[in-house]
Amino acid sequence: MLYAILCYHNEDVVMSWSREEDDAVLAKRRRVQKELVDTDRMGPAIRLMPTSAATTLRASGNEHLVLDGPFAETKEQLLGFYVVDCENLEEVVDFAKRMKEGESVTFEIRPVQIFEKGNLPEREPSAK
Amino acid sequence: MTELAWIENALTSARPQAMGALLRYFRDLDRAEEAFQEACLRALKNWPLKGPPRDPTAWLIFVGRNAALDGVRRDSRNTALPPEDRISDLDDVEGDMAERLDDAHYRDDILRLMFVCCHPDLPATQQVALALRIVSGLSVREIASAFLVGEKAMEQRITRAKRRVAEANVPFAAPDAVERSKRLGAVAAMIYLVFNEGYSATSGTDVVRASLCDEAIRLARLLLRLFPSEPEIMGLLALMLLQHARSAARTDADGNAVLLDDQDRSLWNRTGIEEGLALVDKALRHGRPGSYQIQAAIAALHARARTPEETDWEEIDLLYQMLESQTPSPVITLNRSVAVSKTHGPETALQLIAPLAERLSGYFYYHGVRGAYLSEIGRAEEAREAFARAIALARTPAEAAHIRQHLDRLAVKNRVD
Repeated sequence: MLYAILCYHNEDVVMSWSREEDDAVLAKRRRVQKELVDTDRMGPAIRLMPTSAATTLRASGNEHLVLDGPFAETKEQLLGFYVVDCENLEEVVDFAKRMKEGESVTFEIRPVQIFEKGNLPEREPSAK
Repeated sequence: MTELAWIENALTSARPQAMGALLRYFRDLDRAEEAFQEACLRALKNWPLKGPPRDPTAWLIFVGRNAALDGVRRDSRNTALPPEDRISDLDDVEGDMAERLDDAHYRDDILRLMFVCCHPDLPATQQVALALRIVSGLSVREIASAFLVGEKAMEQRITRAKRRVAEANVPFAAPDAVERSKRLGAVAAMIYLVFNEGYSATSGTDVVRASLCDEAIRLARLLLRLFPSEPEIMGLLALMLLQHARSAARTDADGNAVLLDDQDRSLWNRTGIEEGLALVDKALRHGRPGSYQIQAAIAALHARARTPEETDWEEIDLLYQMLESQTPSPVITLNRSVAVSKTHGPETALQLIAPLAERLSGYFYYHGVRGAYLSEIGRAEEAREAFARAIALARTPAEAAHIRQHLDRLAVKNRVD
């Protein structure tokens, strides 16, 4: 089974870490990750840029609304995500708009700060 | 990370919001500060035993407010409020408190806290000192060392500034849209002052100075989180991130300034640059370019160039023209002349800055830049004169040393020619 582990933390607190503190946290986690890396079981690891860089795309009636800032509602649940390589915000917004066509889904777009692609082999989707 | 470090980080990050709320409550800077101090002391005592509260900021506001009220009650021999070590167990009290801190409210609280530091009668350095003390919570000793003045003198300066602020009587009612945008503009300018105090390094030690840049970035981030759709705040944050990303390359091992063209670009901080570029991108979508956005866009063009030759000077020239038309200033024209010298040659650049001679006669960079153009086209004698004037106007040994490099190069060049 593939699992996603999502990180939640207080952004202000994380941003107040010194470079050394931040490195220490990442190094500690990497030591644990190593057991999965060594057995080809570590997938992509991502750190997102701060929420101030976020843009949110949501549906309002038949229209798409592009809003600055992160998705802040608590009624919806996080159900999945994509990582895409686009030229700029305009291109990714356009791509996201076309993907959400006809859906009431909300997409939050966040630039990626750290991307490690991992070594997970490709696999068939699990049966639903 | 030790527990103490965690708590200190939590207290630092909670400070603006907690101080903002306490200021609204007490309507007095000193009382708000005392209440926050007291709450921090109690947090340091309680949190290691009880574990961190669910919402540290709400806890600090609640406890700070009660501690201050407690003092009043003790003085009037009334019954004290329940001790705070029970508060962190009372989840419903905390939840209730957190709910009352709805976004709109605390947004204006923080904005007001920052805005009281921007009183127009306060000279720039006092605004910066006050903001560092009140909003960031730096100690008087830290601020004094940043400004290279004695602790006592800084203490007095801050006290005077506080009195000024109290007299100014910033209204506590929620601001309307016009007032809010006025406050935002003043606060953005104040944050950029904090940044420049760290960036320009006219005094103080490098370490303290660099931390001022980080602090300004932290404040702008906070402001943008509160006002996520303000393109100028995006621009301000982007501008500071992009400039600060170059800091490791701006001075050499001997502490001499290194010009953009000569900087080792591998020393630039990519994380800061990437975030800055993302924010510029985001701001431009709004199609409401302002001064910070344009300056950030210029910084972005420098950041995108992997070598100095790849720099898009024509675009930079255009952006400076936009900046000139929005806020005409001889310094902006002087900066534009650098782009013009790259695209049209130093002769044209010299013509562009010629009319500025009178207004910028006391400006270090004017003579430095002019000397560089003159030297490029072989007018060595005039170049030497311009450089000599620049050295006379230098505010730091680093600035003077930088011009001496120019003079040395000029001497070498003349020998070769």
